[in-house]
Amino acid sequence: MTDTGLFVTLATILGWLAIGALGLARPRDLPFISRGLFPAGAIVALLLGFAAMMAIGEGPHSRVLALGLPDLPFHVRIDSLSAFFLFLLGAASAAISVFSAGYFRSSEGTAPGVVCFQYHAFLAAMALVLIADDAYVFMVAWETMALASFFLVTTEHRIPEIRRAGFLYLLIAHVGAIGILLCFGVLQGGQGDYTFDAMRRVQLVGYWPTIAFLLALFGFGAKAGILPLHVWLPEAHPAAPSPVSALMSGVMLKTAIYGLLRVTFDLLGTQVWWWGVVALALGLVTAIFGVIYACVQTDMKRLLAYSSIENIGILLAGIGLALLFNAYGKQLLAAIAMTAVLYHALNHAFFKSLLFLATGSVLHSTKERSLGRLGGLIHRMPWVAWLALVGTLAIAGLPPLNGFVSEWLLLQAFLFTPELPQSFVNMLVPIAAAALVLAAALAGYVMVKFYGVVFLGRPREASLAYAHDAGGFERAGLAYLAAGCVLLGVLPVTVIGIIDPVNSLLIGATALKEGQGNWLLLAPINPDRASYSPLIVLVVIASVVLITIQLVHRFYHGRVRKAPPWDCGFPSQTARMQDTAEGFGQPIRQVFEPFFRMERHLPSPFDREPRYAVTVEDHFWYAIYAPIARAAERLARIVGLLQQGRISVYLVYSFITLIALLFLVR
Amino acid sequence: MTLGAFISQLLQVAIALALAPLLVGWVNQCRAWLQNKSAPSLFMPYRTIRKLFMKDAVVAENASPMFRLSPYVVFGAMCCAAAIVPSLATDLPFASAADAIALVGLFALARMFIALAAMDIGTAFGSLGARREMFIGFLAEPALLMVLFTASLISGSTSLPTIVEALARREFAIYPSLAFAGVAFTMVSLAENARIPVDNPATHLELTMIHEAMVLEYSARHLALIEWASALKLFNYSCIGIAIFFPFGIAQGGDWAGVLGAAPALIAKLAIGGFGLALIETLSAKMRIFRAPEFLGTAFLLAVLAMLVNLLLGT
Repeated sequence: MTDTGLFVTLATILGWLAIGALGLARPRDLPFISRGLFPAGAIVALLLGFAAMMAIGEGPHSRVLALGLPDLPFHVRIDSLSAFFLFLLGAASAAISVFSAGYFRSSEGTAPGVVCFQYHAFLAAMALVLIADDAYVFMVAWETMALASFFLVTTEHRIPEIRRAGFLYLLIAHVGAIGILLCFGVLQGGQGDYTFDAMRRVQLVGYWPTIAFLLALFGFGAKAGILPLHVWLPEAHPAAPSPVSALMSGVMLKTAIYGLLRVTFDLLGTQVWWWGVVALALGLVTAIFGVIYACVQTDMKRLLAYSSIENIGILLAGIGLALLFNAYGKQLLAAIAMTAVLYHALNHAFFKSLLFLATGSVLHSTKERSLGRLGGLIHRMPWVAWLALVGTLAIAGLPPLNGFVSEWLLLQAFLFTPELPQSFVNMLVPIAAAALVLAAALAGYVMVKFYGVVFLGRPREASLAYAHDAGGFERAGLAYLAAGCVLLGVLPVTVIGIIDPVNSLLIGATALKEGQGNWLLLAPINPDRASYSPLIVLVVIASVVLITIQLVHRFYHGRVRKAPPWDCGFPSQTARMQDTAEGFGQPIRQVFEPFFRMERHLPSPFDREPRYAVTVEDHFWYAIYAPIARAAERLARIVGLLQQGRISVYLVYSFITLIALLFLVR
Repeated sequence: MTLGAFISQLLQVAIALALAPLLVGWVNQCRAWLQNKSAPSLFMPYRTIRKLFMKDAVVAENASPMFRLSPYVVFGAMCCAAAIVPSLATDLPFASAADAIALVGLFALARMFIALAAMDIGTAFGSLGARREMFIGFLAEPALLMVLFTASLISGSTSLPTIVEALARREFAIYPSLAFAGVAFTMVSLAENARIPVDNPATHLELTMIHEAMVLEYSARHLALIEWASALKLFNYSCIGIAIFFPFGIAQGGDWAGVLGAAPALIAKLAIGGFGLALIETLSAKMRIFRAPEFLGTAFLLAVLAMLVNLLLGT
């Protein structure tokens, strides 16, 4: 047993930093950066992914690095949980780096070399977060991650909205970091030892474990985008360059999930059943909120950002379920719920990155982010369109792709809820399952809207006729992710076999038992209760399709005539008469009207140029954030009264302070 | 997997493919009788499908390959679904590859492809139909899943053959949870199969059509496949209803002799079910599209209630 995994991770971090430094050395040399550095970063990421995958099955290894402050060295450690998330980081970021090689160009904003540095520093910081073994390293890496991503979000910093979005992100990231810091403060239990090992040994009593859990939920929730701390996601994602959005949504949000799992299942020795209820409820509310808002978006990246909120909600609900089962001693079910969470995290890293990167290609080719000005791109950009279709079907949770597997596992965990001691929890579980399937069905609606409006139909603007398909690097990145979606979809047993050591670490049970099912057939509890084999489903559907095509063409014919679309007797139909993004979301807007804060401008019958406008805003913004901002401003104004600008006044302040201190301390 | 099981599997799919248009014909016939019209032939749907296969396909100029691929995918998904739902026998090898949740997933796959194909041409009708179809689907799909979950909770399995075996073994009585689930399932089936009161399969009126708006651009073999797939969908839903609520007579075990014995029972049940459907369609009026969420929301709540009742009272 050697700690190869840890060694490779540290080497990867150094490698990424070195690549970033090379980028800084020649900041304007675009060919060197895009053809040399980003592919090199991708290779390093692949190595990390592979080494981490091997390390998932191994026991924990730790090291003390001769870095950091005197008497406060860096502790690093790799165990199954870290290794799983490192695997996710490596596997997903490899594709994003390859895509970036074709994506970043010289622009008005930050120089490409600097972007390259920030990008690789971001990756290195995420890897360091995952192997941190004391609060000090964790916070250093966590803040580096936040800062690097902030600079990446504001790459186009000459645009005021982007600066504002970046500021909002930074603000919420720091508010969250305070929560995490306080959480570690509680976890060390007054010992003054901030290594995670010490935290594991401390037995918190009374209300303290609950306080630590809630602080962790708050702190990591701010990073993950759990309600009501989600407001930065829909602002930051459209602002950031697409590979950065992909990295943030696909990978960075998962570091928050990692943190939450690390604190609740590893560092905290005890778990209380109602934490699970809190997480479950919060997760489901987040999921439904996210998906309903995604339905009404008109900017493709905002739509995906809200869809990320939905997926984070599903992950949190799964964590809640695992907590609930674990607290009641139902280890097997907890392991299934946990497997669903980890599987979904991996799936989300693949399909959300794929979709964000696809929007990046669309954006490059059309300079357009608004859904209302796109359309028909499947003709001009077939590669991007067909690869994005895989991601669309996967995220909508359709068999036989990967989104369905995690959904299936989670529903199995819901469905086979045994008799729990609290009867109201028993009642809650079916209602939670109902909410989950509602969110999943709405995700299908969102994805039809996204794909149909962007890629199908007729181009809504004349300029779209000049759109060009993505280049080789971009295609390679997209194809890798699409292949990942298919593989994760059809080989669930293999993937769960890789994930299972994490379950034995966190919960003490494995989801797969020996002798139940085989590599083809996923049967978590036993085959009589439930089984699923996506590979067979895929093969059967594909063969039915092929056989049908053959039979129809053989017995009848394959003649096709091209004709203009049927116009209903109204020949002057234009592309603008297709559903817009607003139009497609309208039924949802009407059904869920109380959820939105809408401002509608309806034309009167006498308008010469009738115009209809609707803006949909978030209630939380006005209910929570605006009052806080106002209170902060008021407070600042009161504090501002102290500022007189005359030195004599300041001397009086110093004098009063001194007197007060002397009086108090004496 | 034994040879007998394999044969019964194939036989079941073949029977589903063969009987599905007949079921549609039967429903049309009953409806015509009930409405005092003279009915078309019982075998009209077969003739329609055959006629459509003979014709030349007319495809819009700006159609992408997605448009031409979708009917095959929809048809394939419905064939798979027909292989999972135990209509004649419970020894279905393919059913272990896909359970009740995967069945709902297959329906969703078909729905998604048909909606995307509808948006592909870029006409106002296509996208209108796609939007409405997804709108109906987002409530109907969870409701269907909840109905299946109720049955799964009773039988302790999400595998459809196991559900049928467990339910068929119980003595005949009305179970409150299944009663709620039955009402919910009927409502969902009406919506999912584009029936009155949610949609009208016989209309081409712009304001009301949903399913027909989506397939407006299709012709010839593509339309034939879609029509066949719709018939198959109706057949599958009927068989799900039979399997959960009236599972008696379905052959348990894999010999194909039992399968043949189960066929008359199936045909009788389908005939009664088809008459019931025609009766509902005759007695109710088409709703406005925005009343559909209330209708389906009711179905969804009833299905959730069925699960809760099941937990409260035990099975």
